[in-house]
Amino acid sequence: MKYLPFIFRNLFRKKTRTILTIGSIAVALFLFGLLVTIETALNAGVDVAGVDRLIVRNKISLIMPLPFSYQDRLRQIDHVSEATFASWFGAVYQEPKNFFPQFAIDTDTYRTVYPEFEIADDEWQAFLADRQGAVVGRVTADRFGWKVGDRIPLQGTFLSGTWEFNIRAIYDGSRAGDDESQFWFHAKYLEENRTWGKGMVGWYTVKIDDPDQAVTVTKAVDERFSNSAYETSTETEQAFAAGFAKQIGNIRMLIMSIGAVVLFTLLLVTGNTMAMAVRERVPELGVLKTLGFGDMTVLFLVLAESLVIATVGGALGVGLAKLFTLGGDPTGGMLPVFYLSTGEMLMGIGIAVFVGLAAGSIPALTAMNLRIVDALRRV
Amino acid sequence: MAIPFSYNVRSIAARWKTAIVSILGIAGTVGVFVAMLAMARGFQATLIASGSASNSIIRRAGSSSEMDSGVSLDQVRVVSDAPQVARNSEGVPLSSPELVVIGAFQLIKSGTDANTQIRGMTPLVLEVRPTVTMAEGRFFEPGLAELVVGSNAVQTYRGLELGSNVAFGGQDWKVVGIFNAGGSAFDSEIWCDHTVLAQTFNRPNNVFSSITARLNSPTDFGAFKDALTSDPRLTVQVEREVEYYAKQSQMVSTLIRVLGFLVAFVMAIGAVFGALNTMYSAVAARAREIATLRALGFGGGSVILSFMFESLLISFIGGVLGCIAVLPLNGFTAGTMNWQTFSHLAFAFRVTPGLLVAGIIFALFMGFVGGVLPAVRAARLQVAHALREL
Repeated sequence: MKYLPFIFRNLFRKKTRTILTIGSIAVALFLFGLLVTIETALNAGVDVAGVDRLIVRNKISLIMPLPFSYQDRLRQIDHVSEATFASWFGAVYQEPKNFFPQFAIDTDTYRTVYPEFEIADDEWQAFLADRQGAVVGRVTADRFGWKVGDRIPLQGTFLSGTWEFNIRAIYDGSRAGDDESQFWFHAKYLEENRTWGKGMVGWYTVKIDDPDQAVTVTKAVDERFSNSAYETSTETEQAFAAGFAKQIGNIRMLIMSIGAVVLFTLLLVTGNTMAMAVRERVPELGVLKTLGFGDMTVLFLVLAESLVIATVGGALGVGLAKLFTLGGDPTGGMLPVFYLSTGEMLMGIGIAVFVGLAAGSIPALTAMNLRIVDALRRV
Repeated sequence: MAIPFSYNVRSIAARWKTAIVSILGIAGTVGVFVAMLAMARGFQATLIASGSASNSIIRRAGSSSEMDSGVSLDQVRVVSDAPQVARNSEGVPLSSPELVVIGAFQLIKSGTDANTQIRGMTPLVLEVRPTVTMAEGRFFEPGLAELVVGSNAVQTYRGLELGSNVAFGGQDWKVVGIFNAGGSAFDSEIWCDHTVLAQTFNRPNNVFSSITARLNSPTDFGAFKDALTSDPRLTVQVEREVEYYAKQSQMVSTLIRVLGFLVAFVMAIGAVFGALNTMYSAVAARAREIATLRALGFGGGSVILSFMFESLLISFIGGVLGCIAVLPLNGFTAGTMNWQTFSHLAFAFRVTPGLLVAGIIFALFMGFVGGVLPAVRAARLQVAHALREL
């Protein structure tokens, strides 16, 4: 601890260089935070998928509907504790770029199956009481400045006409990765007003009482409906979300590999600068040794300097990344889940410290092994 | 008087270790910048190539894409009878009513299912879209459960090779041909007879997703659109095919662009910091040289110019290296999901000369920002003081 003033003096000797080096590390770690966030966003749903939920869709593809009558038949299957359904609505608010997912939900069962969405009880009751009511996620509500009580017109796409909704509740996710961009309304409202496709729903979500039975239930569901007009394909919510994320395909892999290369380059640049700073001071280190400072002390002094730079830069970068993600999705609706977790922040700082150690260790070792005569000769 | 440029070139050569670090930083930044834009460009180009200037696409008014549109057979007849629609040698109007649905097929790469567009039509489509050619096999026979598969789809999905049998929607299909649509979005699709497709997918017969009509000339579009939209029998929207596909590419290419710019911007800051560090240490290390130059009579302006040149040269080399590094990406095929149609689409990167120029300009900009402050510091050195450092 008594060396602290000495280390700081050294850091402030070349202010510009210290600031620039801290800046480079901060930028690298900011980028790291950003990439991790994008990765999380593109993988949205996989991490928060319920282990006790299965998605039942039409075997042909997700856009093909299933009959309403399947709800009761699903409930009869062993280990199924509840079955709820939703339909994709896909209407447009003002213009197509204002995209957010809209689901017509079964209001009786939806919250039992999806307990992670938090809604105030009085708001939920108000929603139930209003056939034109809608519940909207916090992110979407903030995006368009909607408040409870607002009347929202949506332009139908595959179901034509203008559909009006009253915002009755705003929901929050209880975990950081929950999707807060959805818009729910009464399936009954859709059913009463749709001109075609009556009696059909988009897909079912089944809650099971024992996650270990997921495979058995999956098979049981698909067997139950095989050879019917509407065959099903059932998978765990996690597999469903992962399959969805995989469709985003190479783009994700490309962004990530590009990012990794970039991070590596930036860190290399930074490491080199730090090594350069030590190299310049070789004669000084010789003086220190002449005065009687031990090899280990010199090693510690050099390493500490590099560590301080790396840690300060890393914390700064990760902190900025966190601030940036708090500002929300920069693409306007394409990445609804946009956050940086504490674990990932700590990992970022860990990387910075590692770089500090790695970049400092070679010059520090050189400094430790320095022979006084050689070092002083360079004065 | 200007300091000879060879002085800077030789200085860079003398301290190549630090120069290489800044060159690498700038090369990486430019590479990522160009690669991301090439990806967005390629995605867009793939969709835009799907449209033809002479073709118009007719969908139900209010629908956002073919996926949520619907047009009945009577409407198809009204549209086909419009005088602007071209006719073939037998006098048949060149309009192609098409039914688009999505089927889930297994990706070869990951083994998971991806959504594929399946397009039902009549063989007349080959005259409406003359750019589509058969690469292998033959086109499907009307009324049979036969498939022709796009050249990208064959490589993307499992079990779609020529001659194989495919089961979906409770029907066994046979792949009878592979078609080539010139790298457009159709290459990621599967085509078949529309009546068989409607039956398999429990769709009402004679309801289509869209009509693609070939006009006598691209200039007829205005009259054609006015005629259709004012016709009381129709509730449709009419678009040039090119514009329709440009819109379809918007969401994903915006996403790639925003992310690309964001990452490139952050990296640029990092690279500028690197360049600043290199240039500052160059100035510090050469304080004596600079003072000597000043003592010889070179003015402050010449020193600034000289150091700016050095910084720009470093960034230029970095920019060129970055561009060279991403050149092999040109033509690289990637696949992603197009949110707007909810289906998987293969596309190729496009590294265009325009993007390369943009990359070099970006590099020079970074060099300028990274060089200007150190150059000013160099010019401000106290000559007497700096000479004393000998």
